Amino acid sequence: MPVRALGWLAVLGLVAGIVAAFGYAPREVMQGNVQRIMYLHVPAVLTAYLAFALVFIGSVGYLLTRRAGWDRLALAAAEPGVIFTGITIASGSIWGKPTWGTWWTWDARLTSTAVLFLVYVGYLLLRGMIDEPDRRARAAAVVGILGTANIPIVHFSVKWWRALHQPATILGPEPSPIAAPIALTLFVNWLAFTLLFLYLLAKRTEIARLEERHAE
Amino acid sequence: MIATGPDAVREHTPPPASDLVVEAAHLRKTYGPTPALEDVSLSLGSGTGLTLLGPNGTGKTTLLRILGTLLRPTSGSLRIAGRDALKEPSAVRGAIDMVGHGTWIYEDLTAIENLRFWSAMGGHDATRPRLLGALESVELDTVAERRARTFSAGMKRRLALARVLLGRGRLLLLDEPFTGLDRAGRKWLGEFLMSFKARGGALVVATHSFDAGLGVADRVAILAGGRIALDRPTAALGHDELRRLYDDLALGSGSAS
Amino acid sequence: MSGYVRRAWSVVWKDLLSERRSKESVNTLVFFSLLLLFVFQFSLGPDRARVETALPGLLWLGFLLAGLLAFGRTFLVERENDCWEGLILAPGDKSAIYLGKLVGNVLLMAVVEAVLVLLFALFFSLDFTSVLPGLVLVLALGTLGLAAVGTLFGAITAQLRARELLFPVLLLPAAVPVLLASVSATQTVLLGEPLAQAAPWLKLLGAADLVYLVVGVLTFEFVLEA
Repeated sequence: MPVRALGWLAVLGLVAGIVAAFGYAPREVMQGNVQRIMYLHVPAVLTAYLAFALVFIGSVGYLLTRRAGWDRLALAAAEPGVIFTGITIASGSIWGKPTWGTWWTWDARLTSTAVLFLVYVGYLLLRGMIDEPDRRARAAAVVGILGTANIPIVHFSVKWWRALHQPATILGPEPSPIAAPIALTLFVNWLAFTLLFLYLLAKRTEIARLEERHAE
Repeated sequence: MIATGPDAVREHTPPPASDLVVEAAHLRKTYGPTPALEDVSLSLGSGTGLTLLGPNGTGKTTLLRILGTLLRPTSGSLRIAGRDALKEPSAVRGAIDMVGHGTWIYEDLTAIENLRFWSAMGGHDATRPRLLGALESVELDTVAERRARTFSAGMKRRLALARVLLGRGRLLLLDEPFTGLDRAGRKWLGEFLMSFKARGGALVVATHSFDAGLGVADRVAILAGGRIALDRPTAALGHDELRRLYDDLALGSGSAS
Repeated sequence: MSGYVRRAWSVVWKDLLSERRSKESVNTLVFFSLLLLFVFQFSLGPDRARVETALPGLLWLGFLLAGLLAFGRTFLVERENDCWEGLILAPGDKSAIYLGKLVGNVLLMAVVEAVLVLLFALFFSLDFTSVLPGLVLVLALGTLGLAAVGTLFGAITAQLRARELLFPVLLLPAAVPVLLASVSATQTVLLGEPLAQAAPWLKLLGAADLVYLVVGVLTFEFVLEA
């Protein structure tokens, strides 16, 4: 699919998503309109996980084959991944402000996401500091693999750590069964975000390829 | 045999394929836009020595590191002792030994402890008598229990060679081994390398030191601008003729840049 | 001894021997622990109770800071003596080198941690004897996790210009779960509660250690190249 078409589809999806989030989805009783930010927050975190799964795949692929294409995949997925993680954290913080009264509490999911953010920013910093392509790809691949392997461990450690101090706060979709309009709105936004991510991924890969060619 | 530019002359039948220790074809190494090595091919049979001549910066060290599987070429193929060195570097590394700018010596360890460590890492755990024997061969047995920190550059070089002696390397790569050695030292090293060849090993010596490099070589290659400008057997060339060619190709404009 | 074990052991032996002769790392890190004690006390103010409440966190903060120094230096001796190439050219499975360096790091940290615990006991009149077995177990599991990642990242950053900056930046986020689990488990132990109470944390630490070791062993050969 040509990249430009992907871009337009993403825009279309995002518009549909916004319309659905504000027009179609119901207003939540207790939290009010602020809860609509969930339609940004949840798709963002799902997309971030998709991104980091691709970083893992690209990392393993490079180590096994030493072909630059895999490393490009890892890089092109990591950058948008960090952005979507940032969006997740920011939207989570905004969502929680009215409920918690502060911009930040060490809520389990938010904290886990923040740690993820730190890991992959470190990944990008590492990449930025190595000039030689093979060494950069190898170093980044190992850090990427460890970062991904660490995700479940981080999740559990933070969750149990929070459980010690405070009961879990409610920062997610309503308990099931989820009402159809909410589910549909979530789905539309998730689809739009995924399309946007894929567009960014494709664009970043193109740029990476051009950079390599220019370096030669 | 060597395939180089149009100026090269084949004067030597290549050794039988089974005997080849090194087969490199069309090696190319670029760092960004700059090619450090361009279309380098060479082959080396056991018991032979190749001297790479060229002033600093012409890619000798790069080529040596590629031959030693320490660096991956941008393109080209490399076989060492019959195995593909690019696909299975770990398989061929047991056959390679290098004495480069670094001598692989831990300063806080004694001479014999250094040997013991590298011997164990090489997978041939040598006994103390063998270690001492190797030190004796390089005339370091009297300082076996002294810390390497106190050694002179020449002694460190000899210790590195003792390490080579203990190994089962078939290919020995040396980067500027003659620098810092006095005449006696050079003579000693020359004899060491000749006996290494006599045992069936293959040698590649990279140096800008013209006279010393020739003594151990069966073939000479001149590297200029990242390409092999000349490759001849030493027997086929007079000393002065080679000197003239060297001055022209390597120190002059270079044949193919 | 199989070749693999012999090579791993040779690395440990070599590092222990070098360290015994130069005494660089141990002396400085032990002194560093003493300094940390003062820094912690000065940062928290004169109220002793505050330090006691914060003790599990302070201990692990101390271990982490010492670890940043210690693990960052893992391949320093190879770099200074130009032995990196020698390790690359060594035949066989490179992960033996990783494990050898890991053991060395764990031993070094064991000394530092023992000293720090002793210093805390001394300066704050704390008695750890009743909780010692549990404490040692938590320390061992946590340190193994830190060292497994630290040794791997230490190798990655060893050849880089910006290693002093990058190493902490990479290690700290990766160390978060080990830190959380170790501090929580240490707290349980220090409160005198039965070890079973800390079991979930210990299991998490054990699982994390295993994951890090596997990643380290599998990826080390890709790190140890020119």
